[in-house]
Amino acid sequence: MSLRKVFGLYTISFIGVTILIGVAQEVFNLPNRWVGWIFMGLSLGIYVVIGIVTRTSEADQYYVAGRGVPAVFNGMATGSDWMSAASFISMAGALSAQGFSGLAYVMGWTGGYLLLAVFLGPYLRQFGRYTIPDFLGARFGGHAPRIVGVVAAILASFTYLIAQVTGVGLIVSRFVGLDFHIGVFVGLIGVLFCSVLGGMRSVTWTQVAQYIILILSYLVPVVVLSFKLFSVPVPQLTYGQLLQRNNARVIELARDPANVATREAWAAESRQIAERLKDPALPAAEKAKLTDQKKTADAQAKPLVAKDSTLENYLKVPGGTGMWNFLALTFCLMVGTAGLPHILTRYYTTPSVRQARTSVAWSLFFIFLLYFTAPAYAAFARNAVFSNLVGSNMSDLPRWVTLWGPAGLFSVVDKLGDGVVQLGDFVVKSTDFVVLATPEIAGLPFVITGLVMAGGLAAALSTADGLLLTIANAISHDLYYNVINPKASLMKRLTITKVLLIVTALIAAFTATFRLAIIVELVAWAFSLAAASFFPALVMGIWWKRANKAGALAGMVVGLSITLFYMIGSRFFGMTWFGTATVASGVFGIPLGFVTIWIVSILTEAPSKEMQDLVVEIRYPKSGGVAAPGAVSPVPAR
Amino acid sequence: MPMAQPQLTPEQRESYWKYNIRLTVILLVIWFLVAYVFGGVLAGDLNQIVFLGFPLGYYIAAQGALIVFVIEIAVYARLMNKKDIEYGIREEAVR
Repeated sequence: MSLRKVFGLYTISFIGVTILIGVAQEVFNLPNRWVGWIFMGLSLGIYVVIGIVTRTSEADQYYVAGRGVPAVFNGMATGSDWMSAASFISMAGALSAQGFSGLAYVMGWTGGYLLLAVFLGPYLRQFGRYTIPDFLGARFGGHAPRIVGVVAAILASFTYLIAQVTGVGLIVSRFVGLDFHIGVFVGLIGVLFCSVLGGMRSVTWTQVAQYIILILSYLVPVVVLSFKLFSVPVPQLTYGQLLQRNNARVIELARDPANVATREAWAAESRQIAERLKDPALPAAEKAKLTDQKKTADAQAKPLVAKDSTLENYLKVPGGTGMWNFLALTFCLMVGTAGLPHILTRYYTTPSVRQARTSVAWSLFFIFLLYFTAPAYAAFARNAVFSNLVGSNMSDLPRWVTLWGPAGLFSVVDKLGDGVVQLGDFVVKSTDFVVLATPEIAGLPFVITGLVMAGGLAAALSTADGLLLTIANAISHDLYYNVINPKASLMKRLTITKVLLIVTALIAAFTATFRLAIIVELVAWAFSLAAASFFPALVMGIWWKRANKAGALAGMVVGLSITLFYMIGSRFFGMTWFGTATVASGVFGIPLGFVTIWIVSILTEAPSKEMQDLVVEIRYPKSGGVAAPGAVSPVPAR
Repeated sequence: MPMAQPQLTPEQRESYWKYNIRLTVILLVIWFLVAYVFGGVLAGDLNQIVFLGFPLGYYIAAQGALIVFVIEIAVYARLMNKKDIEYGIREEAVR
């Protein structure tokens, strides 16, 4: 059977099973928790089966899936590798809170693929190595660039991995009711089964399966909602009108006396707390609690519309420092996208340079499907709050509010005590409710909520898979095999990789159980770190034959240090350069990395003639790659 | 198995590479204009215009830029892959 048929059949069966579960729930009156269990068991079961079927112990298969993944499928795999729990669950919510400024994420996380397509993807494929540190080692020679590459890869991937594991724990605990800690370990089983048994090969095919689940579950609720409101099932088109409706409604609410009174009540509470905070004898725990309360009160008191403006703040484009940060963040996210090792290695897995090019195009297309829908989610959720919740009676709240209220994502407090919900009465604790509650807002049966859970799980697990493999390969292939023990047999190397996968996963899970608040922040930092360390060295290594080892090393170290320096300085010590936000720290490290590579390379000895010729040679695609021995393996027969 | 490759003449190599550079530069200029100028610096002014019900500046940052990126990469893949064939660079794996 061809791959297309296999995955076509899989998609149809998955939809069929979802409908069956829905029908079963209606007929047998299954409790919601059961539906959660069924979806979790079903999807984990699929991933485990794929892991077992595609197990392998051949090096080429284990590290780069035999370089036999067709462009379309590599595109899907990259899509789910790329889209994490944060993209799936949190991004739309962040957009609903941040408005225009949040669009930096939407543009940044897609625009980076153009950089990847024209600067890196095809050339890395042509160079034909196994990992990104591997490329650095081969191109610049010696162990040092490889080791710096390993350190940067682990630094960027590990925090990101912890966030995925945390995402798995949250989803499982929310839908199935398992304890967070147990949820984390249940999810790990799904991840480990594929990565340990079949390396990149299993991970690739599992990620394709995961992409299909995640995109279906992301689109269904909002498509239905769009159809209900506008009779057009294309939310991406209809939410323009919703933006206008929301805008008009917010302006109307801003003038509403009851709403103004609510805001004033919050402002009064904030002032009151500020008074109490002045007391020097306040215990630390009490102080933290009050600070938190003040933050909430301030947020609720914030005006949504500038005086006499016809545009709510949500749609306002920031100026001055706000615009600089918007541009800088967009830039860091774009370059970071093109510098994250777990994404870059995916382009080693295609059969040819031509397919690598096509594959980047497919990747972005599959990612685009989710990203251009996310702002629509935000608009529909805001609309539900403004038109469906605000103005309703406290005793008769909309169904989605009563259903999701206990989850603690938001609360409705009657600040004025008038029994009617005002806009200021809706206190959001986690904007994740935007994606999670949309099926209920659309009035869909619970089975769709279960589907969304399976989608979020797929998004978190697929990214965790890719990250785990990147970390384990960086240590086993680059550090152990290439630096410490080049005589290690393939068996030994694979065994070490497998052990590392398990150990890394356990450390990540263990770290995740502490629920450190800083993790979410660190993930955003990973982009700047990857951008400033890898991108300049990779681009210069491919595009400039004169770039040498000293230059690359200096560039990576300078880029990484400046970025880390500004991150820590601005986050913890109040340092600021041009008012740049911490998330956009890479904006200084990236150009400095390029300049450093250039200057240091010029000042030191040129690379060998062979290497310079090779760099020119990778411009012209040839079978099997230039540097890698061995021919391209054909697509595995299935 | 890999087919016997015709050796490219130095002129061919140069024109192939020049073509690639030109295409890359054009795509990057469009990328920059869309993301940083229209979707960024000018977005506030463009918001005065309404497009499909959206304020235009918001539309570009939320959808327009993304659509342009997808098209750009597809165009790049298509044109470069065509150029490869034109120059006799074939490296397809035999199924």
